[in-house]
Amino acid sequence: MRATAARLINILVPVKRCVDYAVKIRVNPQQTGIDTNVKHSMNPFDEIAVEEAVRLRERLKDAVKSIKVVTIGPPKSSETLRTALAMGADSAIHIEIPESAPAPEPLGVARALKAVVERQQGGVDLIIMGKQAIDDDMGQTGQMLAALLGSSQATFASKLDLDVEKKVAMVRTEIDGGAEELVCKLPAVVTTDLRCGHDVFSDSFTEPRYASLPNIMKAKKKPIEKLTPADIGVDLTPVLETLKVTEPPKRVGGGKVENVDELVAKLKEAGFTAVSA
Amino acid sequence: MSSSPRLRALSLYKELHRLGREYPDPSYDFHGRIRRLFQKNKDLTDPEQIEQALRLGEYIKNETLALYSLKKYRHLRQKYPLSSDSPSHS
Repeated sequence: MRATAARLINILVPVKRCVDYAVKIRVNPQQTGIDTNVKHSMNPFDEIAVEEAVRLRERLKDAVKSIKVVTIGPPKSSETLRTALAMGADSAIHIEIPESAPAPEPLGVARALKAVVERQQGGVDLIIMGKQAIDDDMGQTGQMLAALLGSSQATFASKLDLDVEKKVAMVRTEIDGGAEELVCKLPAVVTTDLRCGHDVFSDSFTEPRYASLPNIMKAKKKPIEKLTPADIGVDLTPVLETLKVTEPPKRVGGGKVENVDELVAKLKEAGFTAVSA
Repeated sequence: MSSSPRLRALSLYKELHRLGREYPDPSYDFHGRIRRLFQKNKDLTDPEQIEQALRLGEYIKNETLALYSLKKYRHLRQKYPLSSDSPSHS
């Protein structure tokens, strides 16, 4: 008779539906934001987070009891959840906001995720999420969530492993000029960087698995719980007001010079003076 | 997963068609090419030839997936350089 694992891990993976990485961003005519009538897809760092969760289960097998994904967004965000379910998550939670609502801010998202964590029967042992979203590049949500929960955090993770018996996560994180190895007591928040399974000489990265059509079809049977911010008692109204969004100034073309004398003349015109000997 | 060649061909076609939606070069007629490639082989009867054609289809699917994956990875590596990418200042 096989003994059931003494400790079972519940993993939560927050994901975000962002403007697709390949889209050429344009500022909208009102200069209040970018044109969002473009292709959207799951934040690439969140794809890596989902992949890490699924790989953890492949390694730890029954010790991982559940992998839940959650997103905060308009109705179309459920497509992002379906992709995550097709990659191997078991169930999803969709905190639905109206299409016209302003994009939630990291603190609002962190508060909402905290409320989701507290609602989970059986608790949440590990939260894996992308280090930042490629549309706003805030990189704050994971850290804020860990602070609100009072849990350990390991950010810019490039390698993640769990010791289920000891209830710790072993994480290698990217820091300036190298890497840091951390051991975090569970529950923990881990934010994923681009490279996982990295060492100085190899350049591998966690490649998120392709969600094949048969898996997408199977994922349609997996449950998605729909909630509103009111259901979880969170106000997602932005605290910050965006005054103006503009494109960076257009690059002025360079000019060619015929000889050194012309170069010196142009430099003088621009206000550069010779260094005194 | 059924082993009937017809069903395998159909599911391969659906998969490739769906993949083709994301092809980065709009002037490359991915859907047209796939349709013609499948149509060219629609009257095959020899199991060995059918198997070969399906394998070619699988190969094209994997190559396309690799193309997408590499493109995305290169873009992300460029936009989010790692600390080890920049030259060290000592």
